[in-house]
Amino acid sequence: MGLKTAALKKSIWVFHVACSPCNNCDIEILDLLTPRFDVERFGIVLVGSPRHADALLITGVANRHVTPRLIETYRATAKPCVCFLYGACACKGNVFKGSYNVPRMVDEIIREEDPNAIIVYVPGCPPKPEAMISGVVKALSAL
Amino acid sequence: MVVFNYLVFPGFLFATVAGLLTWWLDRKVTARVHYRVGPPWFQTFADVMKLMGKEVILPENAKRTGFLLAPIVALAAAAMASTMIGVYNWNTGISFSGDLIVFWYILAIPSIMLIVGSAAAGTPLSSVGSSREMKLLLAYEVPFIIVLAMVIFQAQTLSLGGIIKYQAAHGSIIASLSGVLGFIVVLLCVQAKMGFVPFDAPEAETELGGGILYDYSGAALGAFKLAKAMLFYTLPIFMITIFWGGVQIGNGLGILWAVLKYILIVVLITLIRNTNPRLRIDQAVKFFWGKLTILAIIAFILNVIGL
Repeated sequence: MGLKTAALKKSIWVFHVACSPCNNCDIEILDLLTPRFDVERFGIVLVGSPRHADALLITGVANRHVTPRLIETYRATAKPCVCFLYGACACKGNVFKGSYNVPRMVDEIIREEDPNAIIVYVPGCPPKPEAMISGVVKALSAL
Repeated sequence: MVVFNYLVFPGFLFATVAGLLTWWLDRKVTARVHYRVGPPWFQTFADVMKLMGKEVILPENAKRTGFLLAPIVALAAAAMASTMIGVYNWNTGISFSGDLIVFWYILAIPSIMLIVGSAAAGTPLSSVGSSREMKLLLAYEVPFIIVLAMVIFQAQTLSLGGIIKYQAAHGSIIASLSGVLGFIVVLLCVQAKMGFVPFDAPEAETELGGGILYDYSGAALGAFKLAKAMLFYTLPIFMITIFWGGVQIGNGLGILWAVLKYILIVVLITLIRNTNPRLRIDQAVKFFWGKLTILAIIAFILNVIGL
């Protein structure tokens, strides 16, 4: 493991991609930054621009309007980067699966853009913050 | 000797380590204010190391040369500023007349490079950040230069070394009423120079998503972050130098006192940053050209009549 990878593991900057979520997952994500969980202990901070990000945190389903924006955001992210699909909607569509405005799942869109993308699924509706921390640990061991 | 000063001590390498530790202190104090635990001490080193290893993305409409040269020039200027302030505190004899003005110019270069770089990126959010940074630069330099004029007037010298010698002979400038007022003005100007919260309209993470730094990624972003960390080390030392008797490395406990003063100023800056909301850019310009300029002029007049 090189110095770069070691530094990357200690400092994950997250950009939050909200693909039309219902806000339930987003509230659970905010919990991660509050004193009870405080993920800045591990160097995880939210940033405002995909170009600064090492991880994309995707919530919600990718409908027709969101799909081109999602692809553009993935292209704008500096590589190497990790994609977290947070919540049942982002993972496998939840109740929106088969709906007329959801032609493809988020992971299919990202795989089409970059076949080697690292994708981490965090299922739940909404997932608990502990589930997200567990997902981060698994993603870091995959890097 | 000059190369050693610039690259190792007290220039690039030393300023990098000191600046990153200061940045960590800032984040740790912020976390404690939020009642969180905060990052470990090596966090900022890991951040910069990671950024150096990442991909640099060139935006579609970017002007290549300006976009990529700006962070390097900003980093070089920040290292130059830290070298000057360190060398003159170490050896007041080699300070030349007028170096305070040179130092003031060098301090402006990182801000100007942020303006150049973000304007060269050619995207809307960067351009808005660029124009805001320009307005802020014009705003905070006015009270800043009035207070510098006050210090120059009192010490009757234009050199940093001369100001340190004057304070060694006559006592610190901050020990008078005009000195306290001037210190407050410079503290707020430093806040704006660093782009910290009451005056962080150019960066504005929640509305511009990073503003001036929006399109920077990888090593270029790392260079800007490093330049900012170096300024975060240089500016408190500069405040100690012109107001609080300098670092005084010669006599025994001098370094200990300097470190305590330094930590006090850094924590003050951090607390201001954590207890204030962001000002709109027009409010910030009004604040600097109105209230702070008046305060700086009052300090100057008090100084002239000897208070």
